[in-house]
Amino acid sequence: MSTASTAASSSATTTVPDLTLVMQGLRVTTLDGTEILHGVDLQLRRGEILGLVGESGSGKTTAGLACLGHFRAGLRYHSGEITLYSRDTDDLSSDAASREAAGSGVVVTQLGDEDLRALRGSRIAYIPQDPALSLNPAIRVGEQIREVLDVHGFGANAQERAARVRQVLEDVGLPSTDEYQRRWPHELSGGQQQRIGIAMAFAMTPDVLILDEPTTGLDVSTQSHVLDTIRTMTSLHHVASLYITHDLAMVAELADRVAVMLRGDLVEEGPVGQVLAAPEHPYTRKLLEAVPDLAGRKQLTQTGQLDVVPEADSGSVVVVEAGGGAVSAEPETQAPLLVVRDLKKFYGGNTVLEGVNFQLEPGQSTMVLGESGSGKTTLSRCVAGLIDDYQGSVTLRGRELAASTRKRTNDDRQAIQYVFQSPYSSLNPRRSIGQSLSVPLEMSGKLPARQRRAVVEEALDSVRLGRSFYDRRPGDLSGGERQRAAVARALVNAPDVLVCDEITSALDVSVQASIIALLNQLRAERGLALLFVTHNITLARHIADHIVVLNQGVIVDSGPVDQVLEAPTHDYTRRLLADVPTL
Amino acid sequence: MIAKLILKRLLVSVFILLAVSVVVFAATLLLPGDPARAILGQQATEERIAALQAELNLDRSPVERYFLWLGGLFVGNFGTSSATGGPVTDLLGERITASLVLMLCAALIAVPVGLAIGIFSALHRGKRADQAVTWGTLTLAALPEFVIGIALVTLFATSVFRILPAVTMSPPGQQVWEIPTQLILPTLTLALVVIPYIIRMMRATMAEVMDSGFVEMARLKGVPERRVILRHAVPHAIGPVAQVVAIQLAWLAGGVVVVEYLFRYPGIGQALIDAVTYRDVQVVQAISIIIAAVYVVVNLLADIVGILANPKLRSAS
Repeated sequence: MSTASTAASSSATTTVPDLTLVMQGLRVTTLDGTEILHGVDLQLRRGEILGLVGESGSGKTTAGLACLGHFRAGLRYHSGEITLYSRDTDDLSSDAASREAAGSGVVVTQLGDEDLRALRGSRIAYIPQDPALSLNPAIRVGEQIREVLDVHGFGANAQERAARVRQVLEDVGLPSTDEYQRRWPHELSGGQQQRIGIAMAFAMTPDVLILDEPTTGLDVSTQSHVLDTIRTMTSLHHVASLYITHDLAMVAELADRVAVMLRGDLVEEGPVGQVLAAPEHPYTRKLLEAVPDLAGRKQLTQTGQLDVVPEADSGSVVVVEAGGGAVSAEPETQAPLLVVRDLKKFYGGNTVLEGVNFQLEPGQSTMVLGESGSGKTTLSRCVAGLIDDYQGSVTLRGRELAASTRKRTNDDRQAIQYVFQSPYSSLNPRRSIGQSLSVPLEMSGKLPARQRRAVVEEALDSVRLGRSFYDRRPGDLSGGERQRAAVARALVNAPDVLVCDEITSALDVSVQASIIALLNQLRAERGLALLFVTHNITLARHIADHIVVLNQGVIVDSGPVDQVLEAPTHDYTRRLLADVPTL
Repeated sequence: MIAKLILKRLLVSVFILLAVSVVVFAATLLLPGDPARAILGQQATEERIAALQAELNLDRSPVERYFLWLGGLFVGNFGTSSATGGPVTDLLGERITASLVLMLCAALIAVPVGLAIGIFSALHRGKRADQAVTWGTLTLAALPEFVIGIALVTLFATSVFRILPAVTMSPPGQQVWEIPTQLILPTLTLALVVIPYIIRMMRATMAEVMDSGFVEMARLKGVPERRVILRHAVPHAIGPVAQVVAIQLAWLAGGVVVVEYLFRYPGIGQALIDAVTYRDVQVVQAISIIIAAVYVVVNLLADIVGILANPKLRSAS
């Protein structure tokens, strides 16, 4: 604490280093007294981006929101101090912030509601995770930006405020026309929505910016646009930023310093280069190991997940060589396992898939890479028969499959199994894991009811959950555990092809690493063929041996992983590769 | 675009009303008894009955009669009452106005009060006030309207206080609302019946909206709480609540039957009960169609409110 306070007092007299926000020993508890943050210290300096890294549940968002004096429902401030040293103290004579700022800064944690309100959005701004949820769908975007200026009394009159709205829109690279300002949030793309959020945050030229995973859910190329915007805006306005993320690669690209959080504690802090190159805390090392990289130098292992459940069986962790065609495919004596030929799908007049061709051999893993709207989910749903009005053919072992799962035979259905994106919504919360996993067996009707339990337990073992999970419900499980259960559900009927639709995108990197390792292992053990649908190109070398790059319903690039990554033939692939943040 | 969407709903509404008219007409055809005989009484001669049947078009086929009846509806001719022998419009005219006055009063109290209490309850979620509201609404929702009515009568008109009239006086030539005090208890009964549903729905949607990302964002932008609620949250709650309000208002059209009977209020509810007792087929048809029309119109209004409150729907068409 002593270092922080001396630094704070020095900022009052000197200008360098420009401490803007100091968090000291912040403790936050739930309403029933369980401590969530155990005394967190952070310092934000002007013109600098501090990356706050941690997994979901580590308390990073709680810490970020605390900077705005906001605690979500169920949480309560306990002790500690957050002090803001505002910049232009003269401009804001009406502010509570400025009255004290002349002295030693404002203690955010001691402000009343009205003073806090004056601070939020003007001195400390927040950019939320999901722009689609945080923009009010019933208010035009221009008006939402103007609202910030209105409530904080920007400028002298409406003209000045209107001019400011136009200016920030231009600053973030959006059109500033009246037509554009009159649009509704749903008429903008995800990237544009997020840039509206950024414009809103910068409208009052704040001192501190809290960014809460602002690019999660955005495509790689959109993400790099948004990051560029954040970077230029931060340096242009000399703002102190706190960038909350679980993605270390992002931190490496963007941040100056990084702080790592683990279960409510700050375990490591320092300059980005130093922390990433020579991490001191074991947890930081674990996190770094779990980050997939394009070059595929690392192996993603089950141990990448720190909170891994106790192994039910052996306890030994099998490490499988990631990617690189480690799995020996069966000799090609018969027709290929899965062939997709000239697949087309239209929604009304919209072409979603325009003649897609590829094939899959046993034990082979093909990554279908594409951004949102590329048709990759449509493709996987067609293969699984969940969409039944496609044109073209899906052939399994030389036999053409009926379009709809309803018309496919039992065996065909069992041969192709599907794992959904979000494990939070794909498991019925009212059923125990065992019940959910028994459903496919009941449907196939091959096993007598007595033997089903044994098969389900075996599947649970094979995804390293252990049979003790049989009677638990999804609500008790973490995201990673749920996704394992979902994978186990797909495995009970011993499929030939597993269609994985973005199955790691809702998960933390370390959990992602363990799921990837699991899939590789299953591939080796069972000769399972994978259709791994994702927008995350960095996973390529870890999971796939072939890549199919999908852009607007057309395959623009395909081939073995090394070939596509090293010598991409299409501009689109090259652009995707260029936009990848790396450690 | 909005106009087109509303026009589409309007056409659907007309179609629904036509379908209802067929059902109502078919149902009344199945009723036993001959209106002509009912009008003329036991002693009527066969010739007079035949003459009246011809006059009332009863000698034609049911399909023809349906279209004649339907055509009459469009020009405000609801047929002839077999009880009074006069046109149905004469019989119902004043009663419809009286019922509408009652429903309107109930709606004007129930909707704003219901919305306000719902919002209040959502903002104080989990606190004592909210729990009180929850218990109150549950209790009210569990009580049938006649129980509420009788309780109110006991409380304000007979046993405890004697400050309000228990039944409605309607001397000939005087409109019911010319003695305003007698409107209070029926209005209050109707309002108390529909209000719990409005409160509960408003509370549920409002609570959901208050938890949404954009409300949190508005607070983090420094928007004053009052403005957060009125500008950011309420507009989102209005759409779903409008549907429930519509169902409740439509229920009023049917609910008046019991309440009017209870308070001897001279509205269409009373008329319907009388008409059923006297087998007055034409009046039953007319009232059924009117109540159906209220349902359709109110739901149409709710749809329009829903469309206006949701920009996505507005620009989707």
